[in-house]
Amino acid sequence: MWVLLLLPFIGLLWVPFYNSLEPALFGFPFFYWYQLAWVPISSLLIWLVYRSRTPDETP
Amino acid sequence: MSDQIDWVALAIFVFFFALVTVMGFFAARWKSGPVSAHLDEWGLGGRQFGTWITWFLVGGDFYTAYTVIAVPALVYAVGAYGFFALPYTVIVYPFVFAVMPLLWKVAHANGHVTAGDVVHGTYNSRGLELAVAITGMVATMPYIALQLIGMGVVIKAIGLTGEFPIIAAFIILALYTYSSGLRAPALIAFVKDIMIYIVVLVAVVVVPAKLGGYSAVFAAANDAFTAKGGATGLILKPSQMLPYATLALGSALAAFMYPHTLTGIFASKSADTIRKNAILLPAYTLLLGLIALLGYMAYAAKIAVATPNDVVPMLFKTLFPSWFAGFAFAAIAIGALVPAAVMSIGAANLFTRNVWKSYVDPGISHAGEAAVAKIASLVVKLGALTFILFLPTQYALDLQLLGGLWILQTFPALVFGLFTRWFRAEGLLLGWAAGILWGSWTAWSNGLKPLATLDLGGASYVFYVGLGALILNVAVAAVATVIVGLLSPRGATARS
Repeated sequence: MWVLLLLPFIGLLWVPFYNSLEPALFGFPFFYWYQLAWVPISSLLIWLVYRSRTPDETP
Repeated sequence: MSDQIDWVALAIFVFFFALVTVMGFFAARWKSGPVSAHLDEWGLGGRQFGTWITWFLVGGDFYTAYTVIAVPALVYAVGAYGFFALPYTVIVYPFVFAVMPLLWKVAHANGHVTAGDVVHGTYNSRGLELAVAITGMVATMPYIALQLIGMGVVIKAIGLTGEFPIIAAFIILALYTYSSGLRAPALIAFVKDIMIYIVVLVAVVVVPAKLGGYSAVFAAANDAFTAKGGATGLILKPSQMLPYATLALGSALAAFMYPHTLTGIFASKSADTIRKNAILLPAYTLLLGLIALLGYMAYAAKIAVATPNDVVPMLFKTLFPSWFAGFAFAAIAIGALVPAAVMSIGAANLFTRNVWKSYVDPGISHAGEAAVAKIASLVVKLGALTFILFLPTQYALDLQLLGGLWILQTFPALVFGLFTRWFRAEGLLLGWAAGILWGSWTAWSNGLKPLATLDLGGASYVFYVGLGALILNVAVAAVATVIVGLLSPRGATARS
């Protein structure tokens, strides 16, 4: 599961993949909505890892 | 900008400023603890902040007032390239989730207050401890100065001139930080963050509605960049992609090495508090992404500014009634107080624990530590104020930029020890020195641009100098560790 934490790095650091205007969404060029979309996606991925790990002894 | 004082905006501004001032002094009695009896109380708020307080505190201190001014200013000036703050503040959280709970555990188990304490505890090396402490203090000073610049921009927008308002604001800040410690910014952060959320959410709905929607906003910006030419535009030039990605990665690795962000981590109640915050803090990143777009809205609103830093205040003055502009300016100014307070506390903790206690008074009592830190926080803030009043603004900007590359060089010393004890203190110290020297020299010879160029096989690669310096740092640390290991095998040196 911890490998999920690497996905935001790949998705956001591989710039050529998203450096374009199209497809636009709600008036936002791809470059902008793609990066903004990674904010909730990253939260979700971290949450998935958080849920899957065994809780440690210290609270 | 007009020089007319906007009385409505000023009244709203003063009201909120007065409110947080009262809260700042009152904070000493909040979540009661003997503030002056122990550095854990003054400097870490009693190590008891739960998920929500930590969320407001770290959010309030990582996303600074200067960010609210400078990110839209950069986006206004250059376009897509200025947006690197967004990937930066996304990828920082997987890192925080994986690493910071481990760091918290080490700090909690051993009573560490600062990064210097952690490094000394791990490697038992005074030299490495001092290197980390001094880097932290030096990198923080210009950062505090930038908060003052952010505050100055909005005070000017209200129509107040001269340096008196900013001096007054800073003296008030210094006094309640002195008396309440970390509890003051933690309490004020609630007000600041809620105000900023209101301002930004209103702005990102109302402004595009007035200007014809987001399509119109992006189209106006595109026209402006086409007319302007050069390395600007709604998307990156091919040559900007590597700088963009390396700036984002390097900044993300550096972000939680700063004393003010680490103070927020060490002040949390538990490792789980930090994990939950890694999930919840990206809410601020969404906000930051929307704030950045204010830079484009300025084009759609056809605003003319003297310097890009005036973009945000000018946008609010032009498109909103005075009372809301005053509210927005108060949010930004209060937004400067929270990070400035936490930064001065973080720097004061470093000075107290890793300079004063290590070199001047090793037998200092807990109350003595708190007393030294309180004085140190005053000195740090006076230093930043003097900086702004007597030196050109550009110095603060340049030094803050260098500060980012310097603080990144403490990464191996602070983080590697959580996963492996293979590296030796001598190696890490040498790597730190190599990274700082090469990085500073490269940035300096590039006219203080944070980029380095590497020619490989006929192609040249341009990247963030801090990240290059970090790679050099790690390489030197590894080679030196091997050499030191050959000269004096493990058993020979005492390790804690």
